[in-house]
Amino acid sequence: MRLSLALTALSLCALFAALWLGPAPIADPFAGDVRTHTIVWEVRFPRALTAWLVGAALGLSGAALQGLLRNPLADSGVLGLSGFAALGAVIAFAFGFAAFAPIAALLFALAAAMLVTVLGWRARGPASLVLIGVGLSSLSGGLIALALNLAPNPGALADLVNWTLGSVEGRSLNDVALVGGLLALGAVLVAFAARGLQALTLGEEAAAAIGADLGRTRVLVVLGAAACTGGATAVAGVIGFVGIAAPHLVRAIAGHDPARLLLPSALAGGALLVCADIAVRLLPTDAELKLGVAAALIGGPVFALIAARLAGRGGDA
Amino acid sequence: MSALVELDSVTVILGGARVADCVTLSVRSGEIVALLGPNGAGKTTLLRVAQGLQDHQRGSVKLGGEAPRLLSARERALRAAYLPQRPQAVWPVSVEALAALGRYAHGAAPERLGPRDRAAVDAAIEACALTPLRKRRMDEISGGERARAHLARALAQQAPLLALDEPTAGLDPAQALGVAEIFRKHAEAGGGVLFSTHDIALAARVAHRVTLLSYGRIVAAGAPEAALSEAALTEAYGRKGRLVRVEGALTAVFE
Repeated sequence: MRLSLALTALSLCALFAALWLGPAPIADPFAGDVRTHTIVWEVRFPRALTAWLVGAALGLSGAALQGLLRNPLADSGVLGLSGFAALGAVIAFAFGFAAFAPIAALLFALAAAMLVTVLGWRARGPASLVLIGVGLSSLSGGLIALALNLAPNPGALADLVNWTLGSVEGRSLNDVALVGGLLALGAVLVAFAARGLQALTLGEEAAAAIGADLGRTRVLVVLGAAACTGGATAVAGVIGFVGIAAPHLVRAIAGHDPARLLLPSALAGGALLVCADIAVRLLPTDAELKLGVAAALIGGPVFALIAARLAGRGGDA
Repeated sequence: MSALVELDSVTVILGGARVADCVTLSVRSGEIVALLGPNGAGKTTLLRVAQGLQDHQRGSVKLGGEAPRLLSARERALRAAYLPQRPQAVWPVSVEALAALGRYAHGAAPERLGPRDRAAVDAAIEACALTPLRKRRMDEISGGERARAHLARALAQQAPLLALDEPTAGLDPAQALGVAEIFRKHAEAGGGVLFSTHDIALAARVAHRVTLLSYGRIVAAGAPEAALSEAALTEAYGRKGRLVRVEGALTAVFE
């Protein structure tokens, strides 16, 4: 509980810093002039809030998927949920149904979540599950390329490719509402699965034997992770590794109980992504670095580190 | 008094093989029953069938008077506490958090324990001699301590029946006798115990009845000394063996 309060405070600090810091210097973000108001409240505020909500959604779905699959390497990006969500959105955009992009992202994330749960339920050790995710991710990458190839409107292609790299630049309060709503839905679903995730600490059979309804737990987590990932991806494109890094960082303080990791993982994911987005905006690059790229640059090594540590323990989670 | 668990002519076919063939056994209140037999004899299958974790093709199973497949997971957990052969702690939680998972069916979670849950967890940890280790993480204790922590989880469930798959595997002789003591107390308090083991001496010492299995069939059943005859042991294990009494305790000797 104390950790959650600290992470909430950290999130608020990061959000405030995001209002204040940026390429255009602002002395006092709460000053009343039109220029400040426009920059802070119409550009930076929705962007920062989107970053927080996307990070929280990815952190929560990562923690829930890790609990369900009993694997610290699980997250929406690694398991291909994000890739499939992006595929859904790309198909909607490329074929002129931009309004349906969020729904398509949601449905495709759901399909990937169901696939990975069915295929990965009996996976032995974390490595085989990650391989299933690699397969799904490559498949979604290939299908995105195919969709772009077949798209009737090649003019928008560059934008679409750019979009899949992941960014929260120029997002509005509509985006905030979309990812916020889906995060809230996902959080409710996952909260009902929390005790089941806790029971799964004993493994599948013993979890059933202490009275856990595993079918229900599975459905709730799959739906919750799909809602979170679908919302995050529809708004921000593919942003990887937050879902791995957030629970991993939180475990060091909160311990390993999967139920007690859910809320702190969401808060840490949000704070993490806001900080990453501030860094992206402040870095003096010609074109702004994509948030998804930055997340991969930070998260990739974390992922490798966890994988190496697991391998050192004989590949058993 | 109806049986805590009752298997009547149960047959289980897995992958074309009869892993249980017309097996009848029961555990009543106050009874300790041991399942004996070589590897692959069907001991685990029977424990899983009793708990409703495994379907059977023929015969009938009653857990506390009802078919386990018709009960919810929670109702089953309130009637029997099951300990799998290789219990897992996927995440390295503390010993007491693991034991507290036994209270799941009572509606409690490790971070939210009512007074009765807390008392049950404390008693289970105490019975398994884990009190000094209760705050330790599962990956920081020895194999024998881990096995006892999982047993404490099953005890914390406070179900009438304990269905335990090789609960003393990996324990030293003194600890195994400690587990036997736990069984006796559970039975004296009106519960029942059904456990599988390769430790024939332990079974002969603690069990009121044994069921000796081979290839899914019952070779012998009854009070240990009567059931574990030379002929039965030899037939079940494929090696000439007999029960001998050494300083009052029974043990099995194989040639």
